[in-house]
Order: sequence, then structure tokens, then C-alpha cells
Amino acid sequence: MTDAAFRALAAGLCMGIGAIGPAIGEGNAVSKALEAMARQPEMAGTLRTNMILGCAITETTGIYSLVVALLLMFIKI
Amino acid sequence: MKLKVLIPIIAVLLLLAMIVPTVIVTLSQQADGVTPPESEGEGGISISVQGPKIYLTIEALEGFFLGVLANPITQTTVTLLVATVLLITVAYFINRSLKKRPGGFQVVVEKLVNMLYGLVEDTMGKHNLKFAPYIGTIFLSSIVCTLLGTTQVFRSATADLSVTVAWALVTSGMVWYTSIKNFGFKSWLKGFAEPIWLMTPMNIVSEIAQPLSMAFRHFGNVAGGSVLTTLIYAALALVSNLILGWIPGLISSIPFFQTGIPAFLSLYFDLFSGFVQAFVFSLLTMVYVAGANPPPEEYTSPKGDEE
Repeated sequence: MTDAAFRALAAGLCMGIGAIGPAIGEGNAVSKALEAMARQPEMAGTLRTNMILGCAITETTGIYSLVVALLLMFIKI
Repeated sequence: MKLKVLIPIIAVLLLLAMIVPTVIVTLSQQADGVTPPESEGEGGISISVQGPKIYLTIEALEGFFLGVLANPITQTTVTLLVATVLLITVAYFINRSLKKRPGGFQVVVEKLVNMLYGLVEDTMGKHNLKFAPYIGTIFLSSIVCTLLGTTQVFRSATADLSVTVAWALVTSGMVWYTSIKNFGFKSWLKGFAEPIWLMTPMNIVSEIAQPLSMAFRHFGNVAGGSVLTTLIYAALALVSNLILGWIPGLISSIPFFQTGIPAFLSLYFDLFSGFVQAFVFSLLTMVYVAGANPPPEEYTSPKGDEE
């Protein structure tokens, strides 16, 4: 396995595993937001913005693993 | 010019604006015999993804202090300059044309400013309205810096860690400065040993993690988006070669597939996530700074004890 192969494997694993957590977190956030919107449609506006904000913030850890994967792939050490 | 006539013309112009540059670039490459560089791998797509290119540095100062003093002028500094000039000229012309009876454009601007002040008032409370101009500046400059990247002429400034870390440190600086001003240096330090002194290392780590997570979130989204767009451009070139490759002669070498499709992707990566990231960044700034500036009646600031 050459160096590039190890690097590609590591990047794939890093991004793959790193995507599990935020996906579950955002799933919960969106489902709760939709429930709340169903219960109180008139609050849909503020609920939507807070939902998007919550999703953006939960995505942070996924973005960290994306940055690490990009560094692994494209930075020639 | 009736609208019905105008829209098709604009559509055709936009379409041409998309296809013509690709054709010219490919023709010019054909003319001087430039064949796409063979990638060192087993004939995969050759993609080069780098950070911002450094245009010039002050050679004399390069040796000192890790080259920081050499103050390299990079693509990011160019984009920041363009964004600043853009925002200042727009602001200047808007201010100059303010009238008692507002024209159409002024109504829009007034609505935006009111929305900004409403947001700041909701998040930070009425006493913190003095931060609204800063929040607006961060929001606008973050959007303009990110969207400048879509012009393919500049590189979006926020796709460079030095910009996002700088903005995040400014936010943290505001938080520390205002909390020291409001509560005094001693109580700021005491704040680190909040519930019990055992928590001090945790508090210090969370104080450092705040700016870093804000910076990395914004940087990761924008940089990740631009890298993915580059990858997709290269993949589309390959696809158009595979499908159109069998046509002999010139036509097969023009990557037609590259024109339309990436536009939809950049709609998500650049426009949507650019706005969301700018909004998240300014909202977190508001929340952190509001945390350090509670309403005056809740505390007696050290200087104003006798009020």
C-alpha cells in the first residue's frame, strides 16, 4: 500500500465516520422542529430560522472531519 | 423594451456568457498545443487544490519571526481589498442619495437596516444596540468575501483560515474587553473558577474553543464548498470527454458539460451556505457579546457603584 493509498483510505474513513454524528444530531433537530411546526404553524417562521441555525452549529464537527479529510488528501507532506 | 422581449435576450446572453469562455479557453489551449497535463497517478483526473497563492512578500523581512512580518500579499488580501472597496462605495452612494421621500431602493435598504436592528435587539437586548453596526459589518463582509469566490477571478477570502480566525479573535476580544470593563479584571478572572475551582481548566479550554470553533466552522464550509466545486468541474470535463470524445476533430475537446451543471451546485455551496455561515457567525458573535454585557440593572459595575 503506497503512501497515497494510506492517505486516501484515511481520508475516506475520517469523512465517513465523521459524518455519522452530525447526521443523527441534525435528524433529531429537524424532526423536533417539524413536530413543533405541526403543533404551532404560526411559529413556523422563527422555528425555521432556529432549526437552520441549530443544524449549522451541529454540522461543525462534520466540517472538522471534512477539513481533516481535505488536508489528508491534498496536502503533500 | 417590453419585458417579454427583454427576458429571452438576457437568457441567451447569459447562456453565451457561460459557453463562450469555455470554448475560447479550449481553443486557445488547442492552438498552442497545450494538452491537459498527464496526472502522475494511473491516468486519473489531475486536480490541483492549493491554498491562496502568495503574490509578493517583503523579501527583506522574510527571515524574522516565522516570516509573519514579511506580510505576504496573497489572493485573500486581494479579495479582502476588493470586498472593502465594494462595500465602502456602495455605502457611500447609498448615504449620498438618502432623501426625505425615500425612493424604491432606499425603502429596501431601510427595511434591511431595520431587520438588522430588530435582530440585534431580540438577541442582545435593547441596551446592546450599540453593537448593531459591527454585527452588520461582519455579516455583509462575510457574505461579500464568500460570494467573490464564485466569480472565479478572486478566491473567496473566507476560504482562508487567517481571515476567519482573525474575525473570531475580534469577537473574543470584544467579549473579554467588555466583560473586563463591566465587571472588573478580578471578577473576570474569578469567572474562570466558576462553580468550583476544579472547573478552571475546563473553563479555560472552553474560552479558547469558542473562537476556534467559530473560525473552523466558517472556514470549513466555504473551503470545503470550493474544493468540491473544483472536483466536480474536473469530473464534468472527464464526463464530457467520455461522451463527446468520439466526435472527430475540435468539437470533442470542448467540455460542454461544464457549463450548466456546476451552477446548481454553487447555488447550494456558495449562496446558501455562504448566507447561513455569515448568519451563524454574526449570531454567535451577538450571543457571546450579549453574555458579557447583561442589562445594566442586573449588576452594579465597579465604577458606577454609587449610582
